[in-house]
Amino acid sequence: MLNETDLHAILADPVRRSVLEHLATAPGASASDLAEPFDISKPALSRHLKILEDSGLVERQVDRQFRRFSLSSAAQELDWLKALRIQVTAPMSHLDQLEAESIHIMREVVAEMANPVMMYSIGKDSSVMLHLALKAFYPSKLPFPLLHIDTRWKFREMIEFRDATAKRFDLDLRVFTSSEGLEQQINPFDHGAHYTDVMKTAALKQALDHYGFDVAFGGARRDEEKSRAKERVLSFRSKGHVWNPKGQRPEIWNVFNTRVNKGETIRAFPLSNWTELDIWQYIVRENIPIVPLYYAAERPVVERDGSLIMVDDERLPLAAGESPQQRWVRFRTLGCYPLTGAMESRADSLDAIVREMQIARTSERQGRLIDKDQNASMEQKKLEGYF
Amino acid sequence: MTDISADRTVLSGEEAQAPLFVDAPNGLLRFITCGSVDDGKSTLIGRLLYDSKLLLDDQVSALESASRRFGTTGEGNLDFALLVDGLQAEVEQGITIDVAYRFFATDKRKFIVADTPGHEQYTRNMVTGASTADLAVLLVDARQGVVTQTRRHAYIAALLGVKTVVMAVNKMDLVDYDELRFRQIRADFAALTSMLGLAASEAIPVSALVGDNISSASDNMRWYEGPSLLEFLENVPQNHSDFSQQPLRFPVQWVNRPHLDFRGFSGTVTAGQVAVGDPVVVLPSAKQSQVKQIVTFDGDLPKARAGQAITLVLEDEIDISRGDLICSLKQRAEVADQFQADLVWMDEKPLLPGRSYLLKLGSKTVAASITSIKHKVNVNTFEHTAAKTLALNEIAEVNLSLEKEVAFDPYEELRETGGFILIDRMTNATVGAGMLKFALRRSQNLHRQALNIEKQQRAQQKGQEARVLWFTGLSGSGKSTVANLVEQRLFAAGKHCMILDGDNVRHGLNRDLGFTDADRVENIRRIGEVAKLMVEAGLIVIVSFISPFRSERRMARELLQDGEFVEVFVDTPLEICEQRDVKGLYAKARSGQIKNFTGIDSPYEPPEAAELHLQAGDASAEELAQQVIAYLERSDQA
Repeated sequence: MLNETDLHAILADPVRRSVLEHLATAPGASASDLAEPFDISKPALSRHLKILEDSGLVERQVDRQFRRFSLSSAAQELDWLKALRIQVTAPMSHLDQLEAESIHIMREVVAEMANPVMMYSIGKDSSVMLHLALKAFYPSKLPFPLLHIDTRWKFREMIEFRDATAKRFDLDLRVFTSSEGLEQQINPFDHGAHYTDVMKTAALKQALDHYGFDVAFGGARRDEEKSRAKERVLSFRSKGHVWNPKGQRPEIWNVFNTRVNKGETIRAFPLSNWTELDIWQYIVRENIPIVPLYYAAERPVVERDGSLIMVDDERLPLAAGESPQQRWVRFRTLGCYPLTGAMESRADSLDAIVREMQIARTSERQGRLIDKDQNASMEQKKLEGYF
Repeated sequence: MTDISADRTVLSGEEAQAPLFVDAPNGLLRFITCGSVDDGKSTLIGRLLYDSKLLLDDQVSALESASRRFGTTGEGNLDFALLVDGLQAEVEQGITIDVAYRFFATDKRKFIVADTPGHEQYTRNMVTGASTADLAVLLVDARQGVVTQTRRHAYIAALLGVKTVVMAVNKMDLVDYDELRFRQIRADFAALTSMLGLAASEAIPVSALVGDNISSASDNMRWYEGPSLLEFLENVPQNHSDFSQQPLRFPVQWVNRPHLDFRGFSGTVTAGQVAVGDPVVVLPSAKQSQVKQIVTFDGDLPKARAGQAITLVLEDEIDISRGDLICSLKQRAEVADQFQADLVWMDEKPLLPGRSYLLKLGSKTVAASITSIKHKVNVNTFEHTAAKTLALNEIAEVNLSLEKEVAFDPYEELRETGGFILIDRMTNATVGAGMLKFALRRSQNLHRQALNIEKQQRAQQKGQEARVLWFTGLSGSGKSTVANLVEQRLFAAGKHCMILDGDNVRHGLNRDLGFTDADRVENIRRIGEVAKLMVEAGLIVIVSFISPFRSERRMARELLQDGEFVEVFVDTPLEICEQRDVKGLYAKARSGQIKNFTGIDSPYEPPEAAELHLQAGDASAEELAQQVIAYLERSDQA
């Protein structure tokens, strides 16, 4: 085997280093493959190859009339070549794979559809989706606006975060509220399911029609709920935004059919294959800002039917004898504050949240009161055009 | 049997302190499960989720209450199938209709499971699930062994390029864990996989309901020495783990142009690697350049590999658009416009050879038609039979003709550059999934004979604009009468014209064709081609055909240049046509003597934007002919 000095002498030459690097990731290359990147004559390259062969770093096989070169086992052990090989051949991490898949979906939709919009609900999934979109189109600016359906019952901190985010990334943010709902003073206390219909489902459809968006990105994930597990990445909606679960377009490979006739639309879900834990791990890895309500803090809450409801403003009617208590809580999911249950927690950092997640024994939608209305209620809402 | 009150794992202090990122060392594995409800497929997936501790308390309590309401596994037992059947109709009917995606993880690997229904009527759903899978888990009932359905599932997995198929021989508890029974099934399975050319195949005896050999070795089957199902899934290599070793393929998805000084090409590397300085070729244009920069949001990269979503900047200002394929210079993809392919039909309406569909391959979309069905494959017996059309869920080997050249690799070598979908041009539905096998003739070798005298010169010589006047309408609408009058007027004005009449052509060129939908499409295709030749000769061609389908009229239109095709809709109400019944055909159709008669038992699709719409109910043929002449004079001046 070579001594250090000989090795240094051999590796001092940039052509020889580059040949070794090439062979580390593409074993079995021919002399002409190796010559390609260099502006040198064939005899010159042959001389370099001979030096590498003589030193025992490179081996040659003859395959019919072709000479093919590979690294010797000794060369494969060199740290720098080993690292290079692992970098190329190790499986991509699952977060990298999920990220690339989401970016692919977003680019495909934007390239093919006329008037896209991204639904922005201010929650953690929206934050991740926005972050992925910034990556997908970099260095271009986001090629679509963001749409927030504001029921006027969101947490105050959500609205502050929304406006700060729009400013920070110079986003085209459209905020839409059902004017009919405002006039009739529809609220979550007196109107129950009707509130969700008017302020969310109907408002979303009105907003999409108002702006003429033909596709809306949403942050829904398949692990959230059973009917979502059966939904396509691109969910086709006929006129009136109706979902037909039995007539979904087959979705084969990553070849997406984005074609719609006039009046038909698509909901695109680039986070379909992410799980809740993936979302949190990605937030940590990428250092993505999220609404502070996800972190535990002392907050004023009242306990109702086993749920902790935060008293975010004076509009929350208190029953006789009911008074807000300061408790350490955080939110796993964010929505309209009177409909969003908090969980007791001391997790006040991302690390602590992810640890809590890893040992969690309940699913995140448990905090959402609207899903419990009826059996299969999410499927019903989706049929009607809710995300 | 699993009791509802089964012990839920209590986390030890050690687990609570687990590091934040143990990136699963074996990455992400996507697999598909095939088998019917009776084989216990949903139970198997539910069991995997349950055993890998991925079911959360509220999900378990929801499952408990659902098991009580809809469960089929007996009092006090969890019915795992209810976990995976998501749609209300599925839960109520106890069947799986559509693909469901499930997620679970172990310390070694993350998994995405596509749970697909087993019946033949859901073949398209299984194809959907298999298309992205690294591996297939084939379930059989130990009491039944390899059955017709098993053969179909293995065939589809092989067709879609899922190389590794593992058989879970389920319900071993119901055959008393009999080793001999398992060996018989394993031998049948080995024969099947070798016939289909599937590489690795493993058979594992399990009981999903009880939990034998799912996540750990079973005490009930000490004679079995192989891995448990989960162990196998954790360690099997990914289908495409060697992607990075293949030649570079980079389909351009989106031209990234934030300002005048930056022009990048965004996309995902589907195969191989790319480094700054690499020479590349852009297909189909075959222009060459070098990689100048690999741009990402997180900074420029020296090198990228299969799976990464990046933006490439090239050294030279060459024309590149969405749909182009950037390849390694040395090992480039092939370019062609005629192919042989395997095709799975996924639409309720049958495939019609000759009809124009949209074909999407990677990020490229082009018009395409099936020129012939070589044979269809019986998915149960693998027999080949002749076919003129394909119905829902049928699979065939076909020849395809594309309107433009595309770059591709055989599907067997690379899914991403060899798999395509077909889209119906009217409904926009995804109607087919295809796998390219090889080019029928390389386009490089195909040169059209260059013509010395141009079409315009021929038309000018005759003092006219060459055109096709395409008369469409019901039988008896008066098409031919009006067409004849138009021809006489044009002839009188010194124009050179030629009439192609439906009935006459059917006596000659098209006498081999009948009146099925497939034959009607071919009929129109031939007429279109003949009309095109005549237009090239500088003639005004008058075509008078019922031509009931929009897509075929569009196909004829697309053979010609803009402005050359004038669609004339002779719009006479059906009642009037039937009253006239010049040839006595309506009477015969009504009495059932003629089948597939347009307007009676075969549809007529009226044009949506014809150049001329003649309201033919009341007007005389002379008036209508005059409208056509007036239109021609107007557009000649324009």
